[in-house]
Amino acid sequence: MASSDVARQPDKGARPLSLAGHVGFDSLPDQLVNKSICQGFCFNILCIGETGIGKSTLMDTLFNTNFENFESSHFEPQVKLRAQTYDLQESNVRLRLTVVNTVGFGDQMNKQESYQPVVDYIDRQFESYLQEELKIKRSLHNYHDSRVHACLYFISPSGHSLKSLDLVTMKKLDSKVNIIPVIAKADTISKSELHKFKIKIMSELVSNGVQIYQFPLDDETVAKVNTTMNGHLPFAVVGSTEEVSVGNKLVKARQYPWGVVQVENENHCDFVKLREMLICVNMEDLREQTHTRHYELYRRCKLEEMGFKDTDPECKPVSLQQTYEAKRQEFLMELQKREDEMRQMFVQRVKEKEAELKEAERELQSRFEQLKRLHADEKAALEEKKRLLDEDQSSFSKRRAAAQLLQAQSLTANGKKDKDRKNSGFM
Amino acid sequence: MNSDTEDQDKEYVGFATLPNQVHRKSVKKGFDFTLMVAGESGLGKSTLVNSLFLTDLYKDRKLLNAEERITQTVEITKHTVDIEEKGVKLKLTIVDTPGFGDAVNNTECWKSVADYIDQQFEQYFRDESGLNRKNIQDNRVHCCLYFISPFGHGLRPLDVEFMKALHEKVNIVPILAKADTLTPTEVKKKKIKIREEIEQYGIKIYQFPDCDSDEDEDFKQQDLELKESIPFAVIGSNTVVEAKGKRVRGRLYPWGIVEVENSAHCDFVKLRNMLVRTHMQDLKDVTRETHYENYRAQCIQSMTRMVVKERNRNKLTRESGTDFPIPVVPGVADETEKLIREKDEELRRMQEMLQRIQDQMDTQRDAY
Repeated sequence: MASSDVARQPDKGARPLSLAGHVGFDSLPDQLVNKSICQGFCFNILCIGETGIGKSTLMDTLFNTNFENFESSHFEPQVKLRAQTYDLQESNVRLRLTVVNTVGFGDQMNKQESYQPVVDYIDRQFESYLQEELKIKRSLHNYHDSRVHACLYFISPSGHSLKSLDLVTMKKLDSKVNIIPVIAKADTISKSELHKFKIKIMSELVSNGVQIYQFPLDDETVAKVNTTMNGHLPFAVVGSTEEVSVGNKLVKARQYPWGVVQVENENHCDFVKLREMLICVNMEDLREQTHTRHYELYRRCKLEEMGFKDTDPECKPVSLQQTYEAKRQEFLMELQKREDEMRQMFVQRVKEKEAELKEAERELQSRFEQLKRLHADEKAALEEKKRLLDEDQSSFSKRRAAAQLLQAQSLTANGKKDKDRKNSGFM
Repeated sequence: MNSDTEDQDKEYVGFATLPNQVHRKSVKKGFDFTLMVAGESGLGKSTLVNSLFLTDLYKDRKLLNAEERITQTVEITKHTVDIEEKGVKLKLTIVDTPGFGDAVNNTECWKSVADYIDQQFEQYFRDESGLNRKNIQDNRVHCCLYFISPFGHGLRPLDVEFMKALHEKVNIVPILAKADTLTPTEVKKKKIKIREEIEQYGIKIYQFPDCDSDEDEDFKQQDLELKESIPFAVIGSNTVVEAKGKRVRGRLYPWGIVEVENSAHCDFVKLRNMLVRTHMQDLKDVTRETHYENYRAQCIQSMTRMVVKERNRNKLTRESGTDFPIPVVPGVADETEKLIREKDEELRRMQEMLQRIQDQMDTQRDAY
């Protein structure tokens, strides 16, 4: 990554030396350029705007291609983002372009959370870069940088001022991404209205502390044109992929019954200015700003959250390694504490369970005893009954025997008497 | 010859002059019309109203900043002007809804608009039912122009909700605003899309009355064109510019001049003709006969239900109609009495049935 300092401060210990002849290291920038051409460039644009405001058409017009977009519906329940990556080539320069569009932005009745998916997306890209940077085995060289380099915010051409949703969203995004506001569908605003509209928008942004992207002024070669352009913000654009013949040329334009709006006519709209600023002059600066300002801010916040510091309480510089060690110890201690806690809890639970089980056992035992007693009682009662029955039976049989005997005796007694009579009779 | 005129004199009654008499009386009485404009800020509502009535109603308007609009609530403002043309006086009231759809959270932002319309109905209902009806002021909203944004793909959720909430209270005429951002093909496509969506979501916009079958072809053709122009794609302007040697109301662009009254450029003329020249009376009639009557019927029904409840509570004390919130017209009282008696009967029958069922359940329970 290029250094963020354009002009290097002279080092105190080094003395400037003048050369006696041509050495040749003036070819260093060329070497850099050749290398980067071989590598290819990558650029990510985020387009935020209401459904139907002309985001896809403008992208098509800017990059002179057809990005195959389809019409979204107005009835999306939530804001979503759709990212598409394309590989473009112009002369010998390859560009990997990612266009991210919002879907359903500004359509819901309650738009209080509309900015959140956008912020989350931007943070996710920063996070994945950070993860890559912190890896042990990393390949930043080949890493596909998906961080958002430029955010085109499409303002609806009401002619009065910004909408409340615009203000809220831009405030949330100005510290995360380079915001370039554009006035969409500008062919509905006349010149005088446009002038007033631009002034109103810029004053509202300033009074609410929204920091939009300012074209850089530190490089003399582009400082002049950038200053002028800064004064024309926000750019009023018109997009069109249809061609209309004007004079004897075919130009990109929109045909109305009252005239033809030419996209590339600077008198009609600021499209050419936007293309120049966004692509021709400042693309590299946008990428640089994203890396050195927005990404660094994100990284600092994230690492501070995790507890890393640059200086410890005694204001002595602390190296990352020490912080790592300290963190690790802390983490391990935490783990240990948790483990002990869990063990204790486990032991306690086991004890409780044991007590419960013992209680249950005792109860069971007592029930068993009770049942046994009951059983014994029943048995005793039955025995008693049996005995009584036996007694009855035996007494009954005795009586029967006695009765039988009596009967038998009486029979034999009668028979004897008869026999005696008989016998006495014969005599 | 003499006999002919004599015959004519004998057959002549003279009521063919009735239309003239009506004309004279109405001119003397004067007309009134209440127009409501609704839609998001920045769609050109005020400019269009100024263009329609060729005045400047919004001279000292203060627009809010974006910051102030984050939590803006919807207000209802009224401007009344008296305008006169060829002896015909018109009292025009424009009802505006600043703040509609401007806040970040717009849930139920149409409520204050619906409440306003209901209030006007209620006011008229009271006046109509009063004892002295000489000077009733008719503040009911006769027409609502709803502005649809041309920057989207058609209707938005906010549009659908607003129109569905109000289509049974007021005549809605949808307008495609700032139409100078659309090429003729785009205008056609959007109109078709919006008409489809209106049907899809069951929104009842104002329907132009069908012309009689014995009207001439020209008229029928015009009528058909009118019906197919919904929603009207309009452009408004507060300024007069010079185009082709004439001074016209229009907008000056580097690439051309848009003329507001040029029907090749937009439907402004159609809208104005419809609203002012041909259908103003019909709009008032539909408001009076359909929307107001619906409101009135609903009002009375809900009153009757309230009265029945009151009666059931105060059965011992013979409370009469003094509990009615609005004094009742005599013709209606009989009907309400009948309704009340019927309801009483029904209630009694249902109570008996309940009692029987209860007894049955008790006996069954005891049996077990």
